[in-house]
Amino acid sequence: MSISLEAAKVIGAGLAAIGVGAAAAGVGIVFGSFLQGALRNPAAADSQQGRLFIGFASAELLGLIAFAVAMIILYAV
Amino acid sequence: MAAESKIDPMHQFQIDALFGDLSQGATPFVFTNSALWMLIVLGTVWVFMMGGMKRELVPGRWQMAVEGVTGFITSMLDANIGPEGRKFVPWVFTVFMFILVANLMGMMPFGIIPGVHPFTVTSQFTVTGVMAIISFSIVLIVGFWRHGLHFFSLFVPSGTPFILKLLIVPIEFVSFLVRPFSLALRLFVAMIAGHILVKVFGSFIVGGLNAEGFMGPMISLLSFVFIVGVSALELLVCAIQAYVFALLTSLYINDAVNLH
Repeated sequence: MSISLEAAKVIGAGLAAIGVGAAAAGVGIVFGSFLQGALRNPAAADSQQGRLFIGFASAELLGLIAFAVAMIILYAV
Repeated sequence: MAAESKIDPMHQFQIDALFGDLSQGATPFVFTNSALWMLIVLGTVWVFMMGGMKRELVPGRWQMAVEGVTGFITSMLDANIGPEGRKFVPWVFTVFMFILVANLMGMMPFGIIPGVHPFTVTSQFTVTGVMAIISFSIVLIVGFWRHGLHFFSLFVPSGTPFILKLLIVPIEFVSFLVRPFSLALRLFVAMIAGHILVKVFGSFIVGGLNAEGFMGPMISLLSFVFIVGVSALELLVCAIQAYVFALLTSLYINDAVNLH
């Protein structure tokens, strides 16, 4: 069985999109854990907002890289 | 059958020459749509700042808005770098305002005016890359200026056993070198992803209205509702990305100033 390059590209882009979903889980964990901690100790929550966004940014970056890979496969290869 | 609607979601990121010629061998100094929107962003920031820098004793609403943004950046640098952070307020504030306004300008519905195409300046890797390189250069220059060759101790966490150092130092070094890349990539991919999503679902609206039968308009309606939600999310992402860029820049500068 052989598939054309066009079909392989679309399949590859779809596989790369799985990574975006995984990053979605990561971002959810970041914000969920922050909320858990913040509700336990609301007084300390505001001071940790910078760390929240650092965690969010690093989790999100990997999903965006997966998206960039999908776009490169679709349009640039 | 309705006509096959083929909408290219990547077309919105294309750079067109407004004056001059973009073809090979022509002069590199061409006024493009990217340059035009950079000027629009600059003008918007300028008007916003000028309106709030009258130094009134009792600040009005506008001045309060400007002071809110400057105070936000200043307190962020104070918290992350310490008392020396004030020196870096000009660059971090500049880059924050430029990214924020450029992102928001790309989301504005200027397309309803015929012939006008909004262009997101920050959706080009060259633009975000240059900003990231400037941030990274500030880190390198400040780090070597203040600490000399001692700056390399940034890669060696204190108290690590020697065996682990062999492993950790290369990892820290690579993660340090990747910083400008990740800083630029995050911003530009986030902008591109949102705009492509909106464009793809926009093409579903058009395709659904062109389709025959009952289901077409239903799909259009669903896509429209989805786009409204995504646009709201995108406005949030615009602000978050500007904030994250400024925050990470301040953290990297903190590494250079305070060495862990």
